[in-house]
Amino acid sequence: MKPLPPAGARPRIARLFRFQWEPAQQAYVLLYPEGMVKLNQSAGEILKRCDGRRAVDDVVADLEQTFATSGLAAEVTAFLGMAEEKGWIDWNVGAEVAA
Amino acid sequence: MSQTPHPLWLLAEVTYRCPLHCAFCYNPVDFAQAGPELTTDEWLSVIRQARAMGAAQFGISGGEPMLRDDIEILVGEARRLGFYTNLITSGVGLSEPRLAALKEAGLDHIQLSFQDATREANDLITNTRTFELKQQVTRLTKAYDYPTVINCVLHAANIDHVGCIIEMAVALGAEYLELANTQYHGWGFLNRHALMPSAKQLRHAEAVTEQWRARLGKQMKIFFVTPDYQENKPKKCMNGWGEVFLSVTPDGLALPCHTARMLPGFEFPDVRKQDLAAIWYESDLFNRFRGTAWLPDTCRTCEDKEKDHGGCRCQAFMLTGDAGATDPVCAKSAQHGLIDDALKLAAAVRNGQIVQPLVFRDPKTSRALERAF
Repeated sequence: MKPLPPAGARPRIARLFRFQWEPAQQAYVLLYPEGMVKLNQSAGEILKRCDGRRAVDDVVADLEQTFATSGLAAEVTAFLGMAEEKGWIDWNVGAEVAA
Repeated sequence: MSQTPHPLWLLAEVTYRCPLHCAFCYNPVDFAQAGPELTTDEWLSVIRQARAMGAAQFGISGGEPMLRDDIEILVGEARRLGFYTNLITSGVGLSEPRLAALKEAGLDHIQLSFQDATREANDLITNTRTFELKQQVTRLTKAYDYPTVINCVLHAANIDHVGCIIEMAVALGAEYLELANTQYHGWGFLNRHALMPSAKQLRHAEAVTEQWRARLGKQMKIFFVTPDYQENKPKKCMNGWGEVFLSVTPDGLALPCHTARMLPGFEFPDVRKQDLAAIWYESDLFNRFRGTAWLPDTCRTCEDKEKDHGGCRCQAFMLTGDAGATDPVCAKSAQHGLIDDALKLAAAVRNGQIVQPLVFRDPKTSRALERAF
């Protein structure tokens, strides 16, 4: 198992990637040098919230509220672990706090 | 065809002018005969049309793109439209004010080309004195928070320095290093016998790369692109002809790959005369080798046909004279002997039995040679 991110760390899109809605794909995508990852809906919704200001708990809470559901924590954590492994996200551990 | 995909990549080769004179350049040997460069407005129109068709990657290359003074404008518009913007440069001309302007315009990514790890070797193959400059530019791009992505073309004269090249990239703090063996197109084809490394050199370079990979882990990723003359396996031309990639030459020809303007029997579509969607979906050039229906018999019955689509069209043409032939690098090609001949000739050049001086890429030589490759 990978070590967990530091407590309170806030996921954000890694520097090499750009996250955006792509009309031609009708999907969220991650663009990177010479390539593109087309994201499925749940991946898109999670990454949309990885703005470096929200902690994982806040991402989960926001998703649960938006989609009127609960118990998403495990899925989100697993996805973020994979996303970090692929280099899509990193963790903001800096001092700045959410506005 | 019913399900033609839209392009994902627009490569703007904005100029054939270049301060370097690399003997491995894939640009056409007759580049000096090309017509006038597209204007800024003409490029902006190409960028807008490609984005409307669904392209998401925008590359600016050349020649040396920084020789044009409107790169900031093109990048700014491409970025505003949602393109991921890539600048592919030797670094020559990438001054701090211009880099600041490009950052401001939203440039996402810079790929810097290096030619070797020592001043002597860099200056020899480029026929310039640019070694220190490249190091300075790399530090500058880092200061502007760009990931450092270095590309180095490998050939017989530098492949034994792979360890030093990797060390240099580490010292420059690179995150990515692409070690790409020369593609034998254009000037690279002209010089191929002098550029081709031996199988032993290649194996050594791959082994050194492997050791460094193990040592560096995630600190720096190293891509090693093998030369297909020594692979016996053709590569899928541009990830599928007319499926992903759209290149526009400095003088406005739209091509399915960087080097297709050498192919005979085509009227090359001109972005000044036709709109990009008509070119992509309807032109003979983009449709001729699309998919697998056109494949020659050797490929049509091959289990790998979806994997390689018969290989590189330009290579097939340069070697056999028929752009529709199986790429002769394939061991199944009836003309695979041409590759063996080339490898033998290259060995003779390396051993000094045959003298083949490098021909450097410059406009005067281009005009004098009067040949496409």
